[in-house]
Amino acid sequence: MTAPADTESPRHHARGGRLSDRLLALVGELLIIAGAVLGLYVVWQLFYTDVTSDREQEALVESLEWAYQGPVEAAADAPAGDVDEVPEADVPLVIADEDKGAPADAPVPDEVGFTETFATMYVPRWGSDYVKPVSEGVTRRDVLDTLGIGHYPGTAMPGGLGNFAISAHRTTYGKPFNRIAELQEGDAIVIQTAENWYVYRAGEHLIVTPSQVEVIAPVPGAPGAEPDDHYITLTSCHPMYSAAERYIVHGVLEYWAPVGDAVPAEILEEVPQP
Amino acid sequence: MIFPWIWRVLPGPALLRVLMLLVLAAGVVMALFTWVFPWVSVTFDIQDQSVEAMP
Repeated sequence: MTAPADTESPRHHARGGRLSDRLLALVGELLIIAGAVLGLYVVWQLFYTDVTSDREQEALVESLEWAYQGPVEAAADAPAGDVDEVPEADVPLVIADEDKGAPADAPVPDEVGFTETFATMYVPRWGSDYVKPVSEGVTRRDVLDTLGIGHYPGTAMPGGLGNFAISAHRTTYGKPFNRIAELQEGDAIVIQTAENWYVYRAGEHLIVTPSQVEVIAPVPGAPGAEPDDHYITLTSCHPMYSAAERYIVHGVLEYWAPVGDAVPAEILEEVPQP
Repeated sequence: MIFPWIWRVLPGPALLRVLMLLVLAAGVVMALFTWVFPWVSVTFDIQDQSVEAMP
């Protein structure tokens, strides 16, 4: 009986065994790293993008000196000393009916350059503190992932005859349109530009494929038709966390008013939050 | 292989090596979050919410 041949040199022992064992260990370690990276990607996508984009979009709204940012600022003008009283100054003035303009006379801002922020959006259904910036363009890297809501270039500007079409993430990256499916018929969608307020009313909801671009046509659903009204169209992804389809909400302009001391009554509305 | 190698090349006592590993890991995560993941997400079009073309 012969002794088994010693195939393992002392050097191999020092480095952890045979070559095949070492290769297996390397593959195992690479798989552990791959698993950790994939897990981190999910954490980044679902949580971290909200952190960075929310911060960026808040700072962007704050940098717009014309943008209405809640009744807190109106309270700063309140005379000191009447702290016992109900702070009426907390509630800004409301635009009177006679100051409301008909859609047909709505002034329309000129289309701005790519990535330029030209409006803010308020949706009482999504909370009285909801305010997000609206910027030009719908590319992900430059607009939707960072600046928030994007305006489809070439579609109408706020107040314009045709279709003011905007897009935003429904999940992640600050998720401006997270609660798009909760919008009910008649809900106010308020757009403020440097000069004017535009109050739209939400209408039809649609779920379409990404190729159905007729939803942002001047007359939604009828490409080529002459514009007959002042529409707004919100597009976002559907189902949530997927890009398979698009969630669409159309709306129509109800009135406009110049920006001044008063704000539309709609944005002061407290809609019960779920 | 990889992990033992990192452990070997790091100098100093074990506690210091652990601290260095934590800093290293934080740096890697930051690089992934800041550059790699945004690039992957946009390049491979993992999610998109606009309708495709302009009217």
